[in-house]
Amino acid sequence: MTEIVTESAAQPMIEIRDLSISFGQGADRVDAVKNVSFTVAPGESYGLVGESGSGKSTILRALAGLNPFWSGHMAIAGQKLAAKRPRALRRLVQMVFQDPYGSLHPKHTVDHILSEPLAIHGVEDVETRVRAALDRVGLGPEFRFRYPHQLSGGQRQRVAIARALILEPKVVLLDEPTSALDVSIQAEVLNLLTDLRQQLGLTYVLVSHDLGVVAHMCARLSIMRTGEVVETASADDLSEGRLLHAYSRQLLIASRGYDPAAIAAFGDF
Amino acid sequence: MRGLMEKGPILEVEKLNIRFNTPVGVVHAVRDVSFAMGREKLAIVGESGSGKSQTGRAILGLTPGKVTAEKLAFHGQTLIGLSEQQWRTIRGKRIAMVMQDPKYSLNPVMTIGEQLLEAAREIKEGAAARQHALGMLAAVRIRDPERVFRAWPHELSGGMGQRAMIAMMLMAEPELLIADEPTSALDVTVRLQVLAILDDLVKTRHMGLIFISHDLNLVRTFCDRVLVMYAGQVLEKLTASELAEARHPYTRGLLACPPEIDQRRARLPVLQRDPSWMEPVRP
Repeated sequence: MTEIVTESAAQPMIEIRDLSISFGQGADRVDAVKNVSFTVAPGESYGLVGESGSGKSTILRALAGLNPFWSGHMAIAGQKLAAKRPRALRRLVQMVFQDPYGSLHPKHTVDHILSEPLAIHGVEDVETRVRAALDRVGLGPEFRFRYPHQLSGGQRQRVAIARALILEPKVVLLDEPTSALDVSIQAEVLNLLTDLRQQLGLTYVLVSHDLGVVAHMCARLSIMRTGEVVETASADDLSEGRLLHAYSRQLLIASRGYDPAAIAAFGDF
Repeated sequence: MRGLMEKGPILEVEKLNIRFNTPVGVVHAVRDVSFAMGREKLAIVGESGSGKSQTGRAILGLTPGKVTAEKLAFHGQTLIGLSEQQWRTIRGKRIAMVMQDPKYSLNPVMTIGEQLLEAAREIKEGAAARQHALGMLAAVRIRDPERVFRAWPHELSGGMGQRAMIAMMLMAEPELLIADEPTSALDVTVRLQVLAILDDLVKTRHMGLIFISHDLNLVRTFCDRVLVMYAGQVLEKLTASELAEARHPYTRGLLACPPEIDQRRARLPVLQRDPSWMEPVRP
């Protein structure tokens, strides 16, 4: 695996070295992530692409602290991550999940959803922060006391983004944030994420199966398959077709639409 | 093969309307939809709530809404007001449907083989049915049909499950297949492989295919013709290859807003919805 060395001596925001994650034991052992390494600079947006089962979301969950059973080295803002994390470090990393229908509590109002992280972290000034968070994601104050079922998919995902941002994190982990949305709503949410990264200087790690979304959002990306990084490329490499590995090239061809001749030539990876 | 020599449309739909009675009043979900199709790949494209799925379901008499139409005919036979007994000669036999997610449309407590045989029961029996089922699994390019025949749905990947689902729908060799987002739950390469299977089946079995999708860019390369739906109406009918010359601002907006690998833009264009799109479309 090749590792792109980030140019400056500046400290990376995210550093992952030889990360391995496995589930189960003995004959049932599944190596979901195998020796993955990459670094993300502050303010950068980094993409992880791959098909289901490639391990991309597993990396994200470990980075978010949702799975303590990993080995290797991970650091965020220069602080080494261990199985247990201090609260201040948890605050730095927040996550937006794929399914806006599943990730919001159906019996909690938007106000409750947004103020809960503040309560957990003992942050004061709840009222102002909740209002500001809604405003930041383009939802008016009238949304504050609504329940998730009263919102559209796009509005729910905006609430999920507001919840991720309310603790003022440095790193936001995006797990297929728009794959459940219509393309027109996807465009709005991706534009919002682009704006927020610029305004707040956020660092993103974006997981997606959609090469178009990743090429749009990320300057650099890793293409994954069965737990391994097969190739690390830039968005320009994608648009100019400069991919080295046969699997990545096949993924690129597949994302260009239906072509019977190309499909007949697909290999099994 | 049945109907190979027949000319004329397989399906004719004129002024199809679907209404739902809800506690807050009548929701008019599908408004005056008209189209006719032959043995071709016809796409119905639109966003969630556009009425595309309800249109597909109405053809099979499966929508819970109230369906009215000036004409809804399959090979000239009306599909309105059929008895359940009459439906049984059509549903699953001459018109079949593939749903979006194999996780929910396969029965989790029956093996794939049992489900295939159930679909075959009224056509073939015993060893012949089993041979037919294995043949169908092979037709959807499942490499080890015997293993998949014995497998439970949870033992299959999404792509494999969807292929088994398609095999099941094809057991009766339908003349029209309605596929509602059949590949949205699948990975890109598997998605294209499943589409290639559908494409082959349309060609070799002279089937008509209604492909319901939200993905205009996929439809552009896969289907022959496209109906674009918005708020229950067909706004535009196009040949797939001419999609780039679409006139309606909604169709143009839908085509423009997905991010593209080759043409990267700092910001994505956003659909500016015009209230006039809701007004009745002039025929």
